[in-house]
Amino acid sequence: MLSNTGNFLLFINIFLSSLIIYNSYKCLKTKNNIIFKNIYQISLMQSTLVLICFFTLIAAFVVSDFSLITVYQNSHSLKPLFYKISGTWGNHEGSLLLWVIILTIFSFLFLILNKNHSKNYRLYTLIIQNLLILGFLFFIILNSNPFSSINPIPKEGLGLNPILQDPALAIHPPLLYIGFVGSSIYFSAAMASMISNYSGRLFAQSIKSWVLISWTFQTLGILVGSIWAYYELGWGGFWFWDPVENASLLPWFAMTALLHSLLVLEKRNTLYFWTIILCLLTFILSVTGTFLVRSGILNSVHTFANDPSRGIYILIFLSLMIFASIYFLFSKYRPTNDYINSNSKETFVLINNWFMMFYLITVLLGTLYPIFTDAISNNKISVGPPFYNSVIIPVVIAFLFFMAIGPQAKWIRNKFSNLKSILLILSGAIFINFAIVYFFKSYSLISNLILISSLFLIISSIFDIFKNNRLGLPRIISHLSFGFLILFIGLSHNFSVEKDFNLKLGEVKKIDDYEFALLDLKLSQETNYRAVVGKLEVNNSNTMKRRTLYPEIRIYDNPQTLTYEASIQTNFLGDHYLTMSNIDRSEYYNIKFQHKPLMIWIWVSVILLSFGGFLSLFKNAKNN
Amino acid sequence: MKFKILLIIFFINLNINLHANELVEESKIHKNLRCLVCQGQSIADSNSDFALTLKMVVKDLIDQGKTEKEIYSFLSDKYGDWILYKPKINLGNFLLWGIPYLALIVGGVIIVFLIRKSSKKA
Amino acid sequence: MQKIIKSIIVLLFIFVLLVFYNSLYRETNYSTDYLVGNKLAKINLKSFDDNKIYTSEDFKKSRYTLINFWASWCAPCRVEHPYLMQLSKEKNLRILGVNFKDKKINASKFLNELGNPYYYMAKDTKGKQSVNFGIFGIPESILINNDTIVLKKFIGPLNEQNLNDIKKIINSL
Repeated sequence: MLSNTGNFLLFINIFLSSLIIYNSYKCLKTKNNIIFKNIYQISLMQSTLVLICFFTLIAAFVVSDFSLITVYQNSHSLKPLFYKISGTWGNHEGSLLLWVIILTIFSFLFLILNKNHSKNYRLYTLIIQNLLILGFLFFIILNSNPFSSINPIPKEGLGLNPILQDPALAIHPPLLYIGFVGSSIYFSAAMASMISNYSGRLFAQSIKSWVLISWTFQTLGILVGSIWAYYELGWGGFWFWDPVENASLLPWFAMTALLHSLLVLEKRNTLYFWTIILCLLTFILSVTGTFLVRSGILNSVHTFANDPSRGIYILIFLSLMIFASIYFLFSKYRPTNDYINSNSKETFVLINNWFMMFYLITVLLGTLYPIFTDAISNNKISVGPPFYNSVIIPVVIAFLFFMAIGPQAKWIRNKFSNLKSILLILSGAIFINFAIVYFFKSYSLISNLILISSLFLIISSIFDIFKNNRLGLPRIISHLSFGFLILFIGLSHNFSVEKDFNLKLGEVKKIDDYEFALLDLKLSQETNYRAVVGKLEVNNSNTMKRRTLYPEIRIYDNPQTLTYEASIQTNFLGDHYLTMSNIDRSEYYNIKFQHKPLMIWIWVSVILLSFGGFLSLFKNAKNN
Repeated sequence: MKFKILLIIFFINLNINLHANELVEESKIHKNLRCLVCQGQSIADSNSDFALTLKMVVKDLIDQGKTEKEIYSFLSDKYGDWILYKPKINLGNFLLWGIPYLALIVGGVIIVFLIRKSSKKA
Repeated sequence: MQKIIKSIIVLLFIFVLLVFYNSLYRETNYSTDYLVGNKLAKINLKSFDDNKIYTSEDFKKSRYTLINFWASWCAPCRVEHPYLMQLSKEKNLRILGVNFKDKKINASKFLNELGNPYYYMAKDTKGKQSVNFGIFGIPESILINNDTIVLKKFIGPLNEQNLNDIKKIINSL
C-alpha cells in the first residue's frame, strides 16, 4: 500500500516538475512582467506532495512495513521509535528523497520571496532548479527507489547500523543537506543570471539570504558530525580528514568564499563572474562529494553501502552540470573592469577568497589524489591528517592575521592610519601567548604562531565590537568565534594528555600523575544491545581529584556489531575521555584515557560562528 | 616597540629549541601509520591485532635507534605506500605537495595584478 | 590565448570525470598482493620445536618455498588447510609454516587433527616477525623462489584457483 502511494507521488512529482518547466517556458515568451499564477500554484502543490511523499516513507518506517526493501534493510521492529524515524534518512534511498525535498522547497521559496526581481531571471532559475529536481527524481525512480517492494514480505528487518543509532547522527544529515543541497538554488540562480543577463547588485541581493542559510546550516551540520565522531568513534578526535568529512568541508570553503565576494558584488558591483563561478562551484562540489561518498570509490570510515550503478548515475548528472556551467560561463564571459583598491575592503575580501581557494584546492587534491595515482599508475597511497596538518596549518597563521585586519579596512579606500593599534594588539597577543608558555608548558614554534595569530584575531575583533557601529556585528561575531575556535583547538591539542595501556580486572596501574584501577565489569542487557560496562577509577595525584568512568563495550544484535562507547566527563575546563576495548585472546582490556582541555569551547565557538550567520540572515531579511 | 616584539619572539624561540630536542616521538609515528585492517584509522586509534603488532615493531625500531624516516621507509617497503598517511615527497607525489603552494602563489599574483591594474586606471 | 585556456579547462574536467568513471569499477579494499618482486631481507625465524633459527640460507635449497602464516585460533586457516596438504606433495615446493601468535599446545593439536603440510615449522609468538613479511592478517601466504624473491602473495585463505596458480608457477621452468 505505502509502496504504491509513494511511487504514485514520485510520478506525480515528475509530472509537476515538467509542468512547471513547460509553463515557465510559456511565460517567458509573454511580454508583460507578470508570472503566471498557475506556476505559483503548481510549485506549492509540488512542495506539498513531496513532503507527503516523505511522510509516507516515514510512516513506512514507523509501522515497520517490511514490504519496502529500504525499510527491510535499514530498520527493525524492536528499534526505538526515534531511530525508526531517523532511519528514514539514514540510508541512501531515503536521504535522496530528502535531497529532493530541499531542492523543491528551496525552489518554491525562492520563487515567492523574490517578487521584486526580474521575471525572466526568476523563471530561468525555476526552470533550472526543476531540471535538477527532475534529475534527482529520475535517479530515485530508476536506481534508488525507497518505495521498491519486496516479495515475499520478510517478517523482520535487518536493522540499522548501531553506530548510526544516535541522536546527533539523526539530525546531522538534515542540517548538512539544507547546507549543501540548499546551494543548488544559487547554482540555478547563477545560471539564470547569465542566461537572462540579470547581473550585478540585484543578483547579489537575490541570493544573499540563500547563501547565508546554506552556510549556516552547513556549519552546524559539520559541527554535529564532528561531535558525533568525537564521542562515538571512540578515538577522542573530532576531525579525521576522512574523505567523507572532506566532502562536507569542500562546499563549505566555496560557500565561505562566496559569502565574502557577494559583499563586494553587492556594495561595489564588481567581481560578478568570480561570484558566479563560486555559486556554480559550491553546488558542483556538493554533487562531487555525494558522488565520492555514494559510489564507494573512496575508502572511508563512514562508507555508505556502495554500488557502482549509483556512481554512474551521479557521474552523468555531475558531468552535465559541469559542462553546462562551463558552456554558459565561456559564452557569457566578458572581461569586466574590476576596480580593486589596495587597502580597501575589496582587497581583503579577495584575500579571503584567495585563502579559501587554497584550502579548497588542498583538501580536494588530498581527497582525490589517491584515486588518481591508483587509476594512472596503480600506486595506492593514503593521504591523511599529517598531510593536511602540515600543508594547511602554516597558512592558517597568515590567514588569521588578514582576517583580523580586513574588517577594519573601509570600502573603496583606506589609508593605514591604524598601523599603531595593529602593532599594539600584536604585542598583546604575543604577551598572552608568552604567559601561557611561561605558566603552563612550552610547545612547538608552529603552535606558538597559531596561538599568537588567533589571539591577535580575537583581540582585534573585541576592539571592533567597541569601536564599530552595530552594523558589522554578525561579521565580528563570526570572525571572533573563528579566532576562538582556532585558539581552543590549538590549546586543546597542545595540552591534551593521552595514556594508552592494558589493564585487567582488579589491576591498578600508575602512569605519571595518574593512577588507574579497573574495579568492576558488569554485564547489562538493553532493548537492542548487550553491554559490558567497566568501572574505572582514575586518580590524579597532582590535583588529588578522583573520578569514576564507565566505558562500555556494546554488542548489538540487529545487525550483529561490536561498538566501543567512550565514557566522557565534561566540564568547563576540559573533558576526561576514556574508552575500553577487549583484546583478542586475552583477559586484558585496552584502555585509552585522554584529558582534553577546553573541548566544550570548541563546540561553543562553532555554534557562535554559525550564530553570526543567523544574525546576518536576520539583518538581511530586515533590510529587504 | 618593534625591538620589544623581536625580543619576545626571540625568547619564545629559545623556549622551543629546548623543547624540539626530543627523541623520536612514538605517538606521532603511530598517527602516521594506517591500520590496514581497519576502516580509515591510524594504528594509534586502533587496537586490532595488526595495530598492536605494528606498535611493538615500531617500538623495537625506535629502540634500535632508527630515525622516523627509516621506520617509514622500512614499513612502506613491506606494506606499500598505502600505510603512510603522510605521502612521501617524491616524483609521483610532487603534484600533491606542489599544487597547493602553487595555487597560493598564483592566487597572490592575481590579486596583486588586479590591484595594480586598478590603481593605474585611477 | 583565451582559447587555449578554455580548452585546457575543458580537458581537465574531462580527464577528472574519466578517472572517476574508471575508478568506479576498481577494488577499493586494500591488499598488498601487488607488492611482488621484492627480496625478503633478513629472514630470522625461530623454529617451532627447537632452538634452530631459519634464515634466507635455508630457503636456497628448494627451488620454491611457500611461506604460510597460520594459527590454531584462525578459522579461515582450517578452510585452506586441505590445499596446503595437497601442495605438500609437490616436489619443487617446500612449505614453511609460521605459527602466528599462538600457543604451542593448541597449534600441535591443530596439526594432529588436520595433518601437517609443513616442511619447515617456525613460530612468531609475538607476531613481530610478520611485519618483515608484510603480513597484515592471517592466513596469508607468500611464494618465494630460492633467491627469496617474492613471486606471489595470497591474502586470505588459499582456494582452488590459488592452488592451480601455485602449481603452474612451480612446475614451469
